[in-house]
Amino acid sequence: MDLFNNTTVSTPKIKRDANLNDRIPDGLFLACPYCGAQLYSKQLGDHRVCPACGYGFRLQARERVALMTTDFEELDADLKLADTDFPGYAGKLERAQQQTELGDSVLTGIATLEDQKVALGIMDSYFIMGSLGTITGEKITRLFEHATAAKLPVILFTASGGARMQEGIHSLMQMAKVSAAVAAHQEAGLPYIVILTDPTMGGVTASFAMQGDITLAEPHALVGFAGKRVIEQTIHEKLPKEFQRAETVLENGFIDAIVQRPAMTATLAQLVRFHQTQEVK
Amino acid sequence: MAALFRRELTPVQVVKKSREDRFSAREIISGIFTDFIELHGDRYAGDDASVIGGLANLGGQPVTVIAIDKGTDIKDKLAKRNGSPEPYGYRKATRLMDQAAKFGRPIITFINTPGAFPGKSAEDQGQGEAIADSILQSMKYPVPMIAIVYGEGGSGGALALATSDQVWMFQNATYSILSPEGFAAILWKDAKRSGEAAELMGLTPNDLLANGIIEYIVPESRSHNRVFNLVRAKLLEEIQQLQSLTTTELVAKRRARFRAF
Ligand SMILES: [Zn+2]
Repeated sequence: MDLFNNTTVSTPKIKRDANLNDRIPDGLFLACPYCGAQLYSKQLGDHRVCPACGYGFRLQARERVALMTTDFEELDADLKLADTDFPGYAGKLERAQQQTELGDSVLTGIATLEDQKVALGIMDSYFIMGSLGTITGEKITRLFEHATAAKLPVILFTASGGARMQEGIHSLMQMAKVSAAVAAHQEAGLPYIVILTDPTMGGVTASFAMQGDITLAEPHALVGFAGKRVIEQTIHEKLPKEFQRAETVLENGFIDAIVQRPAMTATLAQLVRFHQTQEVK
Repeated sequence: MAALFRRELTPVQVVKKSREDRFSAREIISGIFTDFIELHGDRYAGDDASVIGGLANLGGQPVTVIAIDKGTDIKDKLAKRNGSPEPYGYRKATRLMDQAAKFGRPIITFINTPGAFPGKSAEDQGQGEAIADSILQSMKYPVPMIAIVYGEGGSGGALALATSDQVWMFQNATYSILSPEGFAAILWKDAKRSGEAAELMGLTPNDLLANGIIEYIVPESRSHNRVFNLVRAKLLEEIQQLQSLTTTELVAKRRARFRAF
């Protein structure tokens, strides 16, 4: 699986590096990873969207915050994993932290979307493929806890290749830890909106990505549990191009709506407005 | 603990043993409980043979039992995809757990799975959503929940039935984020380094007990009856303890158990 490739090491197989397009400087020619359209980087615009098919190029969490919010107060910015015994893991974490300016694979904070105050989490696929580590789980859990205490909606952009292998069983436990915080937030009658972005796979799909009150997705985002290659090896069958794409997952009944990136902020703000509760005494 | 009196197995040996047909789910159920009545189906898509569920009697009280089973002969193993549930298997489990919560019955799960089934229809029917919902609902049930991994405890497909008040493991069982082969394939692009992976992953009961991931190791014995008698006695004791809590305390304690990770 190339999801866990160390992207800072140059490799001759650049065709396999799905993130490369995002890092080409402005003015260069690039291909849409979904439809293959040949584009100049500038054609993608501020939202980094393919003009041919609407695919949203992968964004860093901080880029997304800048695009969407008028006000953002980061939470747990300094939270980092202390215990990095696994061979080669400490260096890998450090490089990811430098590249993304994040402590781990999610950015969390209190944000204003148009006029709506929300607890906002954004996973970053540039941080070890958005894999679910202990700190990722801890930051998302704290976001839910904060939102429950402050009576705020949670809006979470998911992007993940799945488990953080280097953390083993502790990565698996994050699925349960976050779910417990989601349960408490739900019981407080507060809305939780998920936006599935490219890619959302594995343990994230099998936990908090699929526990929202409302589930949105970006066009053509890859959304699934098992990886395509593992499935092809198991069932000895070639899978169609549209397999696990957001449009297919919507058709199968697991997504409420696919929202184009430029319309995302307004859509989210409106959804939050629909959930404003009258004070009940 | 019986394990202490024997030579300790290496992680590679435990992985091998965990995959052998040591216990079948039906043998475990009839060995520990009486009056088992099996209940089928998820009410939407079908009945997954790899998830066996129903009502049983544990020392005079009704309990809900759910077990993932790999199957006993080739035909059975094929039907059960070697213990890899489909989404409707997890939804059957969730349905039975909902029912247990309604009637105040303790929930006891037995797990032996390499993982949720990686198939096209499984994805189309929302494998991720099925597991996610099972985990989320398990965080709310106001009844005692005990999960016992008796073979392989593979990934999210095992966690779906292990979000419990206590997690136990048989002495020769494993519980891990992925199989050692999958782990090696992802990290090192080389599934043949699975032995090395098994050593690093900390997937044996001893490792997991030391890490606080599980509460108890069930010593295995050539006499299965001895194992079942021990599990029955331990279940009765722990369930009684859990039932002495208020339902609010019980759920809060379960959430706190996972909050610590
Ligand atoms: Zn395109």
